[in-house]
Amino acid sequence: MKINVSREILAGELRDKVKELSAQNLLACYQCGKCSAGCPSIEAMDIMPSQVLRLVQLGQVRQALASKTIWLCAACQTCKVRCPKGVDLAKIMEALRQVVLRESANYVQPNEIPGENLEKLPQVALIANFRKFTR
Amino acid sequence: MTDIAYMPGCTLKTSGRNFDETTRKFLELFGVKLNELPDWCCCGTTYSLASDNLMYHLAPARNLVKAAESGSSKLLVPCAMCYNTLRRAQDLILNDKEKRDKLNDFMDKEKTKISGDEVRVMHLVSFLKEDVGFDTIKAKITPPPAGLKAAVYYGCMLLRPNEIAIDKHPEDPSIMEKLLEACGIETVYFPFKTECCGSYQVVNEKRLVVSRTAEIVKSAFRNGAELIITSCPLCYFNLDAHQEELSRGVKYFNTVPVMYISQLLALLAGVVEGSNYSLHAVDPRPLLRKKGLLA
Amino acid sequence: MNIGIKKKPRLNRIGVFLCHCGINIASVIDLERVKAAISKYEGVAFARDYQYMCSEPGQELFKEACRSGSIDGIVVASCSPRLHETTFRRAAEEAGLNSYRVEIANIREQCSWVHHDDHEKATAKAIEILAGVIERARSDEALVAPSIPVTKKALVIGAGISGMQTALNIANSGYEVILLDRQSSIGGHMAQLSETFPTLDCSQCIMTPRMVEVGQNKKIKLMTYSEVEEVSGYVGNFKVKVRRKAAYVDWNKCTGCGICSEKCPTKVKSEFNQMLADRKAIYTPFPQAVPNKFVIDRESCIYFKRGKCQVCLKTCPLKAIDFEQKDRIEELEVGTIVAATGYDLYDKENLEEYRMGYCPDVIDSLTFERLLSASGPTGGKIRRPSDGKIPEEIVFIQCCGSRDPENHFAYCSKVCCMYTAKHAMLYKHRVPQGQPYIFYMDIRAGGKNYEEFVQRAVEEEEVVYLRGRVSKLYRDNGKIVVAGVDTLSMAKVEVRADMVVLAMAMRPAWGIEDIVKKLKIQVDANGFLAEAHPKLRPVETMTQGIFIVGCAQAPKDIPDTVAQAGAAASKVVELFSQERLSREPITSWSDEELCAGCGQCVEQCAYQAIEIDPKKKVARVNEILCQGCGACVVTCPSGAMNQKNFTVKQYYNMIEAMV
Repeated sequence: MKINVSREILAGELRDKVKELSAQNLLACYQCGKCSAGCPSIEAMDIMPSQVLRLVQLGQVRQALASKTIWLCAACQTCKVRCPKGVDLAKIMEALRQVVLRESANYVQPNEIPGENLEKLPQVALIANFRKFTR
Repeated sequence: MTDIAYMPGCTLKTSGRNFDETTRKFLELFGVKLNELPDWCCCGTTYSLASDNLMYHLAPARNLVKAAESGSSKLLVPCAMCYNTLRRAQDLILNDKEKRDKLNDFMDKEKTKISGDEVRVMHLVSFLKEDVGFDTIKAKITPPPAGLKAAVYYGCMLLRPNEIAIDKHPEDPSIMEKLLEACGIETVYFPFKTECCGSYQVVNEKRLVVSRTAEIVKSAFRNGAELIITSCPLCYFNLDAHQEELSRGVKYFNTVPVMYISQLLALLAGVVEGSNYSLHAVDPRPLLRKKGLLA
Repeated sequence: MNIGIKKKPRLNRIGVFLCHCGINIASVIDLERVKAAISKYEGVAFARDYQYMCSEPGQELFKEACRSGSIDGIVVASCSPRLHETTFRRAAEEAGLNSYRVEIANIREQCSWVHHDDHEKATAKAIEILAGVIERARSDEALVAPSIPVTKKALVIGAGISGMQTALNIANSGYEVILLDRQSSIGGHMAQLSETFPTLDCSQCIMTPRMVEVGQNKKIKLMTYSEVEEVSGYVGNFKVKVRRKAAYVDWNKCTGCGICSEKCPTKVKSEFNQMLADRKAIYTPFPQAVPNKFVIDRESCIYFKRGKCQVCLKTCPLKAIDFEQKDRIEELEVGTIVAATGYDLYDKENLEEYRMGYCPDVIDSLTFERLLSASGPTGGKIRRPSDGKIPEEIVFIQCCGSRDPENHFAYCSKVCCMYTAKHAMLYKHRVPQGQPYIFYMDIRAGGKNYEEFVQRAVEEEEVVYLRGRVSKLYRDNGKIVVAGVDTLSMAKVEVRADMVVLAMAMRPAWGIEDIVKKLKIQVDANGFLAEAHPKLRPVETMTQGIFIVGCAQAPKDIPDTVAQAGAAASKVVELFSQERLSREPITSWSDEELCAGCGQCVEQCAYQAIEIDPKKKVARVNEILCQGCGACVVTCPSGAMNQKNFTVKQYYNMIEAMV
């Protein structure tokens, strides 16, 4: 696996967008991994939450956006409360999702959810899901 | 009768109506009348984390406007998701003048402009502790004659972020345990009590939630729990609805019924109506009968 | 506009020397013109030039002028006073002219070097500079450096390795030291350690000879089981009140035989053994205690609680038990104080996510040291506190509370990487079938042989290093589940451990705030004692005569502590080696007729050198403590404060002459 780094790549528009949307100091993260260690969804993720942030730190935002990780986040805030540097990773995950949602299509298509699920699932699950995964 | 403004939230009116009914009936015993906010809307869960998404804050903001107009100094919220969203939105309005002004301007048709300090958004359990008092509750209930071991499952929304946590120690909370113990229920050590159930991932990533449910329920059972108590309709659904599937598919998986805290409290106080047991996937009635809480 | 100096006759025969400084000054400034202009100046006796004033012949010229008696002050126009002011002043003193009537006019750094492209202007400026300095010199007083006697005795507070080493160094230089500790024995935390990195020397073995040396050294007076009550005075002349706590045992009679302790019925948890084992209410902290004397812990003793028992009194063969003993205050006069109060570990209760359901098998690093120690509660066998089983899966977590600016402390505690590697290795030696895991963020192994030591742990002892922090610990079925991560293999890692050891952050010893208040010294943002300069003055404080050493100043290992103890001792000896302590006399003074006693100068003074006289209500400057910074002069609203040979009047004269 190889990445290219340069001043242009680091100064990329996307990275700035993520920084702005999340209102976080991306450089404060020193990659200790405590967020990943406490993440409830990690077993289903392709890359770890801390790795997503690492990619963004190095300007490789497209790669971060292509991960399954950002869509498996349950916004449980465990990462945020335990981070020793005060980085709110939940906000960074939200920023990454928003970049995708605002650029392209919904992640979840509400009209493709099977009818029986719609009946069984409590509204709060649907509302919360659509809040996070649609624009 | 004390009148308190009340926000049930959407789910408590449908699949979570056990929570709504039993909360009202239980609080009536202490002279508290819960008045639903007139014309309340969905709380807009989950709280939007993007720095520029003001539209998403309108839903909780409108509810806060209604609360301010209610004349009640407190807004009681049993649903953990509503509680979290409303509290966080309120903090935003209180602390960020620019966003507050924008929101108020946008809601120009509303009669009231809010500054975020009009009402105290309280979770049911905080209200029971501070306004009713655990000792007062203890006096009104009868402990189960055959004892009962419960695991309290807090989930995420009541404890994170730290600013809204209902317990001073969000990593190792005990407020609900203390309440239940005052009522003669034995609460068990349960390390998964603050671990996320998977939340809204249940819609499109069900296996994640099923695997989380397995971990949580197994841990509760291993530590001797006969019952899991929760205060969130989504946690309740996630933990309850998937146990059947798990008991078929996973070896040695033991089901543990899940109930809302108000359901148990109401039963202990002798209030039998309010709970519709057909809404449960794992039927708690055999356990409740065994413990003499149900006929 | 108040000038505040009584009119004194001004000097009228200033000798001016103009230095060529080779070509540095002469190639830019027309010294002939300067000489001509200055010779005509009021108060100037002569103006002479020379190639190199700092050279021997230059110095001779200078001294001749001083000896001649025909001049009453000198101005040397040359390079910056930083270079040669001391040289010329010393020369003047030797030749009979008061050294504070010698001033330097900087016409190099402040003239020829910066205006090398405009000779005309440079020359004009040189004349102005000289005019100003001459004006100032004309009002210079013949100052005499004050001096005070120095009590050649040091007080060292804290008798761990830092305090002991400092005391030994001072004592071996021939001076008396009082070594104080609030515990009944010296030794500090090092006495609790099992083996030390990187040599794996037994800590007690390398330290007890030193403890004995301290105990036997004729110049060291031990005051253990004592605390500092009050401190007053200043450098060279401190008065310290020490509380000698009541041990309820007469130490003059006690031989440390231990019969009392054997018979004592009361068991309490031993602090020395990190609460893993018991001690009696009458006890010494550990068998090798120096002094080897017993104390009664009043709070646990049955006699003090209920008036019964007194078995120790009855069984002591020397009748050393004395329940009537009281605390007593002893007054000391010392010349310097060294704060060597050491460290304590941050309480693991503060890490809430590691506390899930109280678990006795989650311990901190000092507690693990006691388990490792051959004289510890388990005789050096690694056993779980809960059930005594030998742990076969053991997890060590580094950076607990350290490097955590959001929730705990931002700094790195420096020694944990090394001692955790040591712990893992020693564990492996004792439990060869066991597997140690270390969760770390970085490895800091900068000292001599440190890196090699850590690599030994990895390659030879097969310690598994996992790079990442641990999110949570919880009990499950007799095990402790450690939910961590290994960022290097990019995976979450869960270990079901039998025991977990937390490398807790190093904090200054509890009660440091009290000492800081009594000594009137500063702490830094993290609560450690503040050094005067982070790079160049590591053992001094802003308060003269008070020094700091060891972990009280910042986390450090034993070699650095011992080295720093040497440094502190040398500063003490520096002070003591002078017969009298003298100071530069350019101190400030308050004109009592103009002073209103408002006290603003007292607040401004960083060196606590000013006091308000309680009777006359005027400010008094302690000449020995005053550093001549001038802050009080600036602050004084009435103009009563002035600085000797830097008076406000002198400044105005200089400005007038230049402009």
